[in-house]
Amino acid sequence: MTVESVFPQLEALLPHVQKPIQYVGGELNSTVKDWDSCDVRWALMYPDAYEVGLPNQGVMILYEVLNEREGVLAERTYSVWPDLEALMREHGVPQFTVDAHRPVRAFDVFGLSFSTELGYTNMLAALDLAGIPLLAKDRTVDDPIVLAGGHAAFNPEPIADFVDCAVIGDGEQAVLDITEIIRAWKAEGQPGGRDELLLRLAKTGGVYVPRFYDVEYLADGRIGRVVPNAPGVPWRVSKHTVMDLDEWPYPKQPLVPLAETVHERMSVEIFRGCTRGCRFCQAGMITRPVRERSITGIGEMVERGLKATGFEEVGLLSLSSADHTEIGEIAKGLADRYTEDKIGLSLPSTRVDAFNIDLANELTRNGRRSGLTFAPEGGSERIRKVINKMVSEEDLIRTVSTAYGNGWRQVKLYFMCGLPTETDDDVLQIGVMAKNVIQKGREVTGQNDIRCTVSIGGFVPKPHTPFQWAPQLSAEATDARLAKLRDSIRGDRKYGKNIGFRYHDGKPGIIEGLLSRGDRRVGAVIRAVYEDGGRFDGWREHFSYDRWITSAEKALADTGVDVDWYTTRERTYEEVLPWDHLDSGLDKDWLWEDWQDALEEVEVDDCRWTPCFDCGVCPQMQTEIQIGPTGKKLLPLTVVNQ
Amino acid sequence: MQRIRLRYTKRGRLRFTSHRDFQRAFERALRRSAVPMAYSAGFTPHPKVSYANAAPTGVASEAEYLEIGLAEARDPEALRAQLDESLPTGLDIIDAVEVRTPNFVERLEASEWQLRLAGVTAEDAARAIEAFLAAEQVEVQRLTKNGVRVFDARGAVAAMELLPPRVGDGNDTATEETGDVRTGNPCAILRLVVRHATPAVRPDDVLSGLRATADLAPPVPAEVTRLAQGPLDEETGTVTDPLALDRAAAPAGL
Repeated sequence: MTVESVFPQLEALLPHVQKPIQYVGGELNSTVKDWDSCDVRWALMYPDAYEVGLPNQGVMILYEVLNEREGVLAERTYSVWPDLEALMREHGVPQFTVDAHRPVRAFDVFGLSFSTELGYTNMLAALDLAGIPLLAKDRTVDDPIVLAGGHAAFNPEPIADFVDCAVIGDGEQAVLDITEIIRAWKAEGQPGGRDELLLRLAKTGGVYVPRFYDVEYLADGRIGRVVPNAPGVPWRVSKHTVMDLDEWPYPKQPLVPLAETVHERMSVEIFRGCTRGCRFCQAGMITRPVRERSITGIGEMVERGLKATGFEEVGLLSLSSADHTEIGEIAKGLADRYTEDKIGLSLPSTRVDAFNIDLANELTRNGRRSGLTFAPEGGSERIRKVINKMVSEEDLIRTVSTAYGNGWRQVKLYFMCGLPTETDDDVLQIGVMAKNVIQKGREVTGQNDIRCTVSIGGFVPKPHTPFQWAPQLSAEATDARLAKLRDSIRGDRKYGKNIGFRYHDGKPGIIEGLLSRGDRRVGAVIRAVYEDGGRFDGWREHFSYDRWITSAEKALADTGVDVDWYTTRERTYEEVLPWDHLDSGLDKDWLWEDWQDALEEVEVDDCRWTPCFDCGVCPQMQTEIQIGPTGKKLLPLTVVNQ
Repeated sequence: MQRIRLRYTKRGRLRFTSHRDFQRAFERALRRSAVPMAYSAGFTPHPKVSYANAAPTGVASEAEYLEIGLAEARDPEALRAQLDESLPTGLDIIDAVEVRTPNFVERLEASEWQLRLAGVTAEDAARAIEAFLAAEQVEVQRLTKNGVRVFDARGAVAAMELLPPRVGDGNDTATEETGDVRTGNPCAILRLVVRHATPAVRPDDVLSGLRATADLAPPVPAEVTRLAQGPLDEETGTVTDPLALDRAAAPAGL
C-alpha cells in the first residue's frame, strides 16, 4: 500500500511559520527510497529542533547504515516548533518525515535517539501529532514499534510506559539485527501480532521491552525487584558494542542541510569510548572500552566526506580527542593535506594534560588563535581527586603559559558545581584558578588584555556511574554557591574585569536529575508536563521549572515519593536501582568501590596504560581495548592535473 | 581574474530557502566541484561571490543572479553544468556568461512576477487589477524592523495583467474554467512587472494594494514566482535579458 506524501497540505502552512526551510527536506546526500520496494521501514527521530537534530552523528549513521541495505528504508523526522505544531493540529497534518514527507505512523519502527532526557516531552508531542497512542499498551499492529536509543536510554524507565522497547549501546549492528527480526515476522504474516514481535525482540537479550518486566516496590517507595513476566525473557538486557570502527566508516555521505544548523562541519569520530574514569561522566562509563579508528581510516573518511559535502571544517570527535594514540600524526597529516584548501581543523574535548603545543599549532596553521578551551571540571585539587579528573593546577598553568607564549589570548575553562562532597571553598577555588591563569598570561606576554572565561554547569548524577548513588545538590544550594563565587570574582579589582563568568541556575539540573535517575513512576510526571504544554525542555526559553514541579506534585501524589526523593537523596549499597536490569557491562560492585574511593579522594588510573581495574566491561561484553599506534602516516595527497 | 555571471533558480519546495541558506549551499557547491575560486585578501579569506537582488524567502524564482571571481579561467558553460550538478534539484544554475560589461546591478531595473491566487475567481481578479491600475497612488503598509512603513505600491508597477488559464506547463494546474485541477477551486494567475525602486515594492505589497483598492483577499497565501529581472522596456512593459550585453560583447567565435 503506497503511502501518500503530506507535503501538499504542509506546503500551505509553511508561509506562516519561522524558518520553513527546516521542514522541506531535500538535503544534499539525503535518500528517498521507493516505499513499495522496501519491506522494513524506519522513521528516525532526534527529538529536538531540526537545527540541533540534523547534525547528530548517531541519527546520521543509522540513517545511512539502514538505507544502504536492500529492501530497507529510513527517513528522518524532527520536532516541529510550536508555531507549526499549532497549524498541523488545526489542519490535521500528522508528524511527517522530512525526506519524503510520509506520515510517521505508516512506518514499521519509530526510533528515537535521546542524547538527553530533556527530549522526553518532545517525544510525546511527536507521538501525539503522529496519531500514535501515547501509551505503548494502547497501540495496535497498525502502529510502529516505538524504540528508544541514545545515552539516555541506559535508564529508559521514566519513559517505559511510552516506548515499546529500548536498545542500549552502539546502534550500527543492532538496527540491522532488529530489521531482520521484523522482516521475518512480517514475511510470516505478523503471527501473534505486536506482542509476538516484541517477544522475539526481547528474547535476543539485546532489546529491552519494558512490558515484559514487572517492577515491585517496597513500602518505603524503593524498588523491591524487577522481574521478567514472560517466558524466555532474560533477567538483564545487554548493551551493544561495535568492534573495529574501521569496518563502520559512517557517515560516508554526511547530510548537508540548506538550513543553518548548530554544527556545520565534517565530523569524524576518531575513537569511541573513554577509560579516563572521570566519575561524573556517564558517556565515559557506558561507552567502554576504547576503540580507536585507525589513522588511515580517519584520513579516508575525511577525504571522502569533504568531497561529498563541501564543508570547510573538519571536527575530530570523541570523548577526549587528544587521547588518540596518533593524534599528533593525524593533525599534522590533515593540516598538510588541507591547509591549502582553507579547511580548518577542530578538536573538541581536549584534556589539559593531553594537550601539547605542537598539536595546537597544527590545528591553527591558518593563523587563527582565538581561544582555547579546557575542562578542569573541579576548582580545587581535592574535588578533582573526588571526581578522578587527574589534572593538576600546575598542568593547567604550564599549558596555558605555553599557549599564551604561542599567541593565544583567551582561555575558556569549564567547571561543574554540586559535585559530591563539594564545599563552598571548592567552588571558590575556581575564581582563584582563573586569576592564576590571567596572572600567568600577563607574565608571559607582558600584556594586560588577557581573558579567562569560566563556564559552570550544575552536576547531575547519572545512572551507570560511580556517582549514581550520590545526592544531587538542591537548586537553591547550587544557586547560593554560584552567587558566592560570582561575588568573589566581581569583587576582585586586579583580575575581576578580565574574568568572564557564565553559569546556569540550578533548576533545570534538578529536572534533568529527576529524569535521569527516575523510575517508571516518573512517566506520569512527563505526561502531565506534556499535557500542560511542556515542549523543548532543553531550551531555556521553553523550559518551565514551575510546570515540572507542579506536575510532579500532582502525578506523584499517591506514590509516597517526590522530586527530592529522586534527586537530593543519597542511595545505599543495597538499593535496587531502576536501571540495574540494563547491563552496561560495568560491575555494580566495581562502581560502588569507585564511589567509596571517590569519598576517600583516591584516584584511579586509565586502564589503557595501566593494568585492568576490573570494571567488568571487557569480559562481560566480550570486547577489548583497541588502540594504536599503527605507525602509519597520513601523507598529503598528490594533486593529479587533468 | 576571470569573472562569470550566473543565473539560478529557486524552484518548488526549495523556494523556502532563505538567501543566507542559499549562500552557504552555493559556497559548499563551489568547494565540492573544486571550482578554482579567487579569494579575498585578509585574515579570513572568503571566495569572491557577489549576489544581486535576492528574492524573498518563500518566493520561487526563475531569475536570480550572482557573479563569481575565478583564479583560473574556465569555460562558462562547463562551469555552469558542473555547479548545477553539485546543487540540489530546485536550486538550478541555468545560464552563465563571462563578464565583459560593468554595472550589472544597475541593469536589473525591474522584475516580472507571476502570482498564483488559489481561491480567487478570474472576474474578481480582473476587477481588482482594473481598480489598481486606475489609481494614481495606492498606499500600503509593511512591517519592517524599524516599525510600520507606509509607501506607494502603484508607481513602481509597470504592468499588471490577468493571464489566460493554461494547462500543462508544469507547475500550473489551472483548467479551462480557470479552476484548479487539484481542488476544483477557482484560481487566478497574475503577471506583473515591478520597477526596482526605493523603497522596494514586493509582490506582497502589490497584493496589499489589491486588497486596499478592491478588497481582493486571497483565502490562501499566493504562490509567487519571479520569472525575470533585467532591463525594462517601458513601451512593451517587458523585462529583457540582463546577460545579453555580456553575450554581445563576447569576441566572435566564442
